[in-house]
Amino acid sequence: MIRTEHIYKSFDEHEVLKDINLTFYPGKCNLIIGRSGAGKTVLLKILVGLLQPTSGKVFYDDTDLFSLDRKSLQKLRMQVGMLFQGSALFDSMTVEENIRFPLDMFTSLTYAEKRKRVDEVLERVELPGINDKYPSEISGGMQKRVGIARAIVLNPKYLFCDEPNSGLDPKTAITIDALIQSITYERNITTVINTHDMNSVMEIGDNIALLHQGRVAWTGSRHEVLTSDNETLQDFIFASPFLQRLREAALRHLKENE
Amino acid sequence: MNLNLFYHFGRFLLLMRAALQRPEKWSMYWKETLRQMDAIGIGSLVIVGLISVFMGAVAAVQFAYQLDGQLVPRYYIGYIVRDLAIIESAPTITCLVLAGKVGSNLAAELGGMRQKEHIDAMEIMGVNTASYLILPKLVAAVVVIPMLVTLSAFIAIIGGYLASVPTGEITNEEYIRGLRAYFDPLNVQIMYVKTVVFAFILTAVSCYQGYYVKGGSIELGKASTNAVVISDILILLADYVIALLMTS
Repeated sequence: MIRTEHIYKSFDEHEVLKDINLTFYPGKCNLIIGRSGAGKTVLLKILVGLLQPTSGKVFYDDTDLFSLDRKSLQKLRMQVGMLFQGSALFDSMTVEENIRFPLDMFTSLTYAEKRKRVDEVLERVELPGINDKYPSEISGGMQKRVGIARAIVLNPKYLFCDEPNSGLDPKTAITIDALIQSITYERNITTVINTHDMNSVMEIGDNIALLHQGRVAWTGSRHEVLTSDNETLQDFIFASPFLQRLREAALRHLKENE
Repeated sequence: MNLNLFYHFGRFLLLMRAALQRPEKWSMYWKETLRQMDAIGIGSLVIVGLISVFMGAVAAVQFAYQLDGQLVPRYYIGYIVRDLAIIESAPTITCLVLAGKVGSNLAAELGGMRQKEHIDAMEIMGVNTASYLILPKLVAAVVVIPMLVTLSAFIAIIGGYLASVPTGEITNEEYIRGLRAYFDPLNVQIMYVKTVVFAFILTAVSCYQGYYVKGGSIELGKASTNAVVISDILILLADYVIALLMTS
């Protein structure tokens, strides 16, 4: 479980995050949603410790992230996997070398054991046999899946995904969402996903936090999105006239069935 | 301006402290160090060879011109070319050129990694990125650049020979006599002290510029340019300080 307590973050005079109190649960897809500039990426970077908050705390279970010394932080980070928006695969390495990198750096496994582990995670993300390809030789969707494979190769307790669907077609985006969801459930990982993809919200949002102008404007699950009367949420989720009509139709349908 | 200078100097010291930590895994660092040695050393052989031939040749031709009609013996050309190559041109000119070639490359490599979130990715894995990305480069540069400078000094002396002996400025015997005249081993010490200091400066400054890149391609270009300009200025400053300290 990850918990934030009174997180504030400012850049010079500009306050980006204001009093963020959230809990992210294990075995669930925890979504941080919001419009561009709402502070989602800043919050995610604070959660993984890439940015220091101006004030406030982040707890991994009972461990205060920002009170750790470098060694303890390193230990904690070995339990963390992250999928970046642009995948962040190392261009000069093959897919296998990319996935093997954390194993090479932090384990004393033999080459054969590492290779077996790489094959396992590649199998898990449904990309067997692409070990020798370079990131530039595979599609954006495949790069995301390789990114996931690298993120889970050390069996992390916490998985962070920054805009996992950006730049992907809807079909591939659904595949990536389904993959993240199934990995989260089967390994009981605390998964935190930063997204503004509405499909992700409705499909995998077990625990959703909506950020608006740096504050938490709404929290709930995907089952509550349709019926919530929170205006900020409805403005954000059902932004287009088409989606608004769709929502009205869905609500009418629900009422008729009651 | 002054505060900015202190800010960068402080941040540079903190980066160097993080970079000089004990490696997480020696084998990974060793592999990276070998890769950097290849990139810095083998990758710079041609340019170092070329500039060294011309440095020696120009020194020989110009000193021949200046000594023309003087009472100074002609074999002094060999002596001057040798000492100039060892004390100044091989360490300083070579490192100034390497600051341009290797320094800009290091800044661009690290800056690109920063922009593509590769550094963040490693950081989240638990890697000490300052150490893993900078220490092998520092070690490789401090080991390989003195080798390049040694080679440069030899090639400069050969360049001086080619420009003065076949053209009839002096005889083969005079040039060799000049090379063997008044040899002071301290000059070789000065060359290696300079080289190690310059290698550290050009690598550390370039890595600092690249590691903290923010923004897009324009900022990356600026970081590369800054890496070269600041390295060059610091190399020349260090050249003066070392010359003062070791020759006084």
